[in-house]
Amino acid sequence: MFKKILIANRGEIACRVIKSARKMGIATVAVYSDADRDAVHVEMADEAVHIGPAAASESYLIPEKIIAACKQTGAEAVHPGYGFLSERAAFCEELEKQGIIFIGPKPRAIIAMGDKIESKKFANEAKVSTVPGSPDVIVDTAHAERIAGEIGYPVMIKASAGGGGKGMRIAWNQNEVRDGFERATSEARNSFGDDRVFIEKFIVDPRHIEIQVLADAFGNCIYLGERECSVQRRNQKVVEEAPSPFLDEATRKAMGEQAVALSKAVDYQSAGTVEFIVDKDRNFYFLEMNTRLQVEHPVTELITGIDLVEQMIRIAAGEKLEIKQGDVKLNGWAVESRLYAEDPYRNFLPSIGRLTRYRPPVEGPVGKAIIRNDTGVTEGSEISMFYDPMVAKLCTWAPTRLEAVDAMADALDNFVVDGIEHNIPFLAALMQHPRWREGRLSTAFIAEEFPDGFQPISPTADDLGILASIALSAELVRKERLDRLGDRLRPHSGKIHAEWEVRIGDEYMPVTIRSNTAKPPVKLEFSLRGGDFVTVRSDWRPGDAVWDGYVNERPVKAQLRPVANGMRIDWKGLSVITHPMQKHVAALEKLMPVKIPPDTSRLLLCPMPGLLVAVNVAVGQEVKAGETLAIVEAMKMENVLRAERDLTVSAINAKQGDSLAVGAVIMEFE
Amino acid sequence: MKDVLIELERRRTIAREGGGKARIEAQHKRGKLTARERIDIFLDEGSFEEFDMFVEHRSTDFGMEDTKFAGDGVVTGWGTINGRTVFVFAKDFTVFGGSLSEAHAEKVQKIQDMALRNRAPVIGLYDAGGARIQEGVAALGGYAEIFQRNVLASGVIPQISVIMGPCAGGDVYSPAMTDFIFMVRDTSYMFVTGPDVVKTVTNETVTAEQLGGASIHTTKSSIADGAYDNDVAALLQMRRLIDFLPASNTAELPQIECYQPTDEMDYSLDRLVPDNANKPYDIKELIRKTVDEADFFEIQESFAKNIVVGFGRVEGRTVGIVGNQPMVLAGVLDSDASRKAARFVRFCDCFNIPIVTFVDVPGFLPGTAQEYGGLIKHGAKLLFAYAEATVPKITLITRKAYGGAYDVMASKHLRGDINYAWPSAQIAVMGAKGAVEIIYRKDIGDADKIAEHTKRYEDRFLSPFVAAERGYVDEVIMPHSTRKRISRALRMLRNKDLENPWKKHDNIPL
Repeated sequence: MFKKILIANRGEIACRVIKSARKMGIATVAVYSDADRDAVHVEMADEAVHIGPAAASESYLIPEKIIAACKQTGAEAVHPGYGFLSERAAFCEELEKQGIIFIGPKPRAIIAMGDKIESKKFANEAKVSTVPGSPDVIVDTAHAERIAGEIGYPVMIKASAGGGGKGMRIAWNQNEVRDGFERATSEARNSFGDDRVFIEKFIVDPRHIEIQVLADAFGNCIYLGERECSVQRRNQKVVEEAPSPFLDEATRKAMGEQAVALSKAVDYQSAGTVEFIVDKDRNFYFLEMNTRLQVEHPVTELITGIDLVEQMIRIAAGEKLEIKQGDVKLNGWAVESRLYAEDPYRNFLPSIGRLTRYRPPVEGPVGKAIIRNDTGVTEGSEISMFYDPMVAKLCTWAPTRLEAVDAMADALDNFVVDGIEHNIPFLAALMQHPRWREGRLSTAFIAEEFPDGFQPISPTADDLGILASIALSAELVRKERLDRLGDRLRPHSGKIHAEWEVRIGDEYMPVTIRSNTAKPPVKLEFSLRGGDFVTVRSDWRPGDAVWDGYVNERPVKAQLRPVANGMRIDWKGLSVITHPMQKHVAALEKLMPVKIPPDTSRLLLCPMPGLLVAVNVAVGQEVKAGETLAIVEAMKMENVLRAERDLTVSAINAKQGDSLAVGAVIMEFE
Repeated sequence: MKDVLIELERRRTIAREGGGKARIEAQHKRGKLTARERIDIFLDEGSFEEFDMFVEHRSTDFGMEDTKFAGDGVVTGWGTINGRTVFVFAKDFTVFGGSLSEAHAEKVQKIQDMALRNRAPVIGLYDAGGARIQEGVAALGGYAEIFQRNVLASGVIPQISVIMGPCAGGDVYSPAMTDFIFMVRDTSYMFVTGPDVVKTVTNETVTAEQLGGASIHTTKSSIADGAYDNDVAALLQMRRLIDFLPASNTAELPQIECYQPTDEMDYSLDRLVPDNANKPYDIKELIRKTVDEADFFEIQESFAKNIVVGFGRVEGRTVGIVGNQPMVLAGVLDSDASRKAARFVRFCDCFNIPIVTFVDVPGFLPGTAQEYGGLIKHGAKLLFAYAEATVPKITLITRKAYGGAYDVMASKHLRGDINYAWPSAQIAVMGAKGAVEIIYRKDIGDADKIAEHTKRYEDRFLSPFVAAERGYVDEVIMPHSTRKRISRALRMLRNKDLENPWKKHDNIPL
């Protein structure tokens, strides 16, 4: 076994690999760029080597720097994680030349599976069912039409080197094939410098289901069940689970055996993933093989109890796979939610900044469930613009699917993140979505259910009751404590009165308190909106981020953040501002005018006093979300102002070199 | 007997109606509450005791003898906020537009006198049209009597003014002499002379909002210490402010139970100061992570944002926080920031509120605008305020403490009680580049030499240790233990006893 390995990656996956290595008694070497000097993976590793500037293209993506780091530290092997150099055959070959072991498959397998057309040929030879389509590159329009006719519509025209939806066209008839072929070819040429395209059958309402395989150098190969990754947003996986709620035992076995056949065909060694799309009749078709550890590998680990990273290391060290196919038992259900630094309410625009609060739920068993959180950050970490915006992978395991989903909902309610925008509200809302809960999925699930993006959810009447109960209980705890403020008169009239109202949005909910113990742990009984009595108990105290308690004996966990004269409550994807107040205050508040905030959405305002050093757009220019509009320098620091959405510049009110005050209008949009 | 009881109730009912139903409705239509409604929100429910409900004006000119209203345009009395005594007067816009008569002024003076004698805060809610012109000099005299009392009470009891409607002419000077002024957005304005007079005298055309609205006074003039969206929001926040303040300069600090332990380490602070000295960070994060439950009442949030001041609590006891804000102008001290912080430091010193200062300051802001604007004397105000303050003073240097600004920011030399520094502190006359270019002027052309000198300078001076070697820093502390260290220091300083030499008063460079 190795004595020391190097992890050529960063973030959560570097931490993940270090954990397994440490467990196995292997010393670890981290590499880091300028931006990752204080990163968690650097702290966790036994040694760390600086490999250059923040941009990945100048650090994590440079094989020479990784090899030099191995030499410098005496690392015998490299685990590449995912992304970066994980599927670069040239990198593996170079490592091999230098006598360093690559913890992953052999270059030949990477090359064979790296090309869509090549991999399909291998699949056909290994009798793996593939999407009906042209085995060869399409040469011209006539060829495209003929092949499409043979396969039957709808068809998809796809760039060989493609990815991320680029160079992809769906055609429902002959006309669309002609047009689609030309466009896909030119897009492929422009995007990838490779204009080879092929045609295959387009699967309607497909599900994305993948098989995890493990293979050693001695020809042993097993499959570890499947993962379903149909919950995707624009080809980016959001929630994954294992097993799939869709597969039956026969399909699982058939898919598993084909995955093993394919792996053997390319002499695969290490952990790998064979991706399939599955249609509504459970016909499955090979999509591609990922010759690396997948992001979503933890769900497989949770249901099989097998440490995939450990197995990868053992296989790379030349050990024989000890697990036989018959040993693999799928136990319970696991769900993974990917926590991204992105603003779900603003079209999932990336968000960067400092994690001023980062309190994941406690890992380990919770009731019947198990919580696992794979992360590469800690409180105070910086989410930078240089790398993938994934902050954490929160996983839950439970005996059944719904228990795992509910455990995930609870865990998300407990996950406190401040300082950046993040997709927890979206994930929490997904966990409540009926289609998700019933497992009625397809890769179009998010696009179909959230066609206009994610909007703030409106609470139901029941939700409002629970939110009001939380708000009221928190307010009474606060008030009771103030009632014990020093140097007050006694007895005084500050006692807690019975009549209250809680405002959420425009809605005032009257409350009559029947009994209360407001000193924590709080216990309340009150009638809400003149209805039945509600009981609330909780040991929440001011300063606690999570309100953990019971409303009518139903357990509730919600996040509380104080705002002026009220508190924001985040719960199950809901985010509302609540204002509990005494009844007489509510009566007067209702007299207050409604203020419409000035519409600044069509203006770019200067966020700080400073010097306008650059205006990067011109009047009339169309700008995409995220593009740079202008740069303001304040005390030698450059602040880049970006477009928050797609827009057109209608006027520019300041010029380069202007000194601007806060709130000065730099430009206007249509 | 019953008849007189009924008569009292009848008179009370009339008095409580102020200017009558129509005017109350008009007040509501303007988005404002009446004086008594405001008091109802401001004070604990049922705690208000009104005085001088039946006072009427004594004017007989211009037919005034025929128009009288019980109370005469101001509602006065006392009550409690979370059980603690406060005195309050609220101008009643529904009666003579809240204008000030001699009798009206006497009601206010009575409240001021009672507040001072009984050592409790006095709060004025303003919504008034200035002097009652029909009363002439009697009204002016009334104002001056109020002003005099403001001054005598200053530094003895907290005085707070909330502007909730018009406040012009003579009415502005009483708030100006109180400790804090807060405003309500869109429905309040404050100026010495209104838009009409401005037009006549200077030919400027401005609206009341442009001349003296909350947006102006919170961002440009710094007259106001904060602004809120409506009457209710403002009054509830005023209750919150009162909870932080002692009743007088001899009263104990208010103390509430603290639910957040002080011995928990916050490791995120170890990552707060970025590696790059030119990269900003938010000092408010440090403030929120130091005070109890992140509860921070900021004063003048929208003005001179390069310095942050406000109230928080540590272990349930009020502290005043002053911090340079690296996010704005790198936290530089300019005239506005110096004045803002100086006034806050002096308030804290008046009322025995310990001051915690967070320092990350690159110096004073250079430039003609600053020098012509009197930076020397404005900067001196902050220096003066810190130097004269006898309350417990705890200072923590997080990063830069350069030049004269180091001295000013509650340094050890200004009787700082406990002066901490984080390991990231850089206490020096100036940054490396500037220093090297002066010390090694002859090497300026030689990049290698300059780089070498710069490195040497950085290693030697850009750390807390030169200052620590001299005892200017009492202790270099781990960022994660900041809350624990500060709370322990505050405990230790609880019985601090320090007095300045007797004097009539000092002569701060105003």
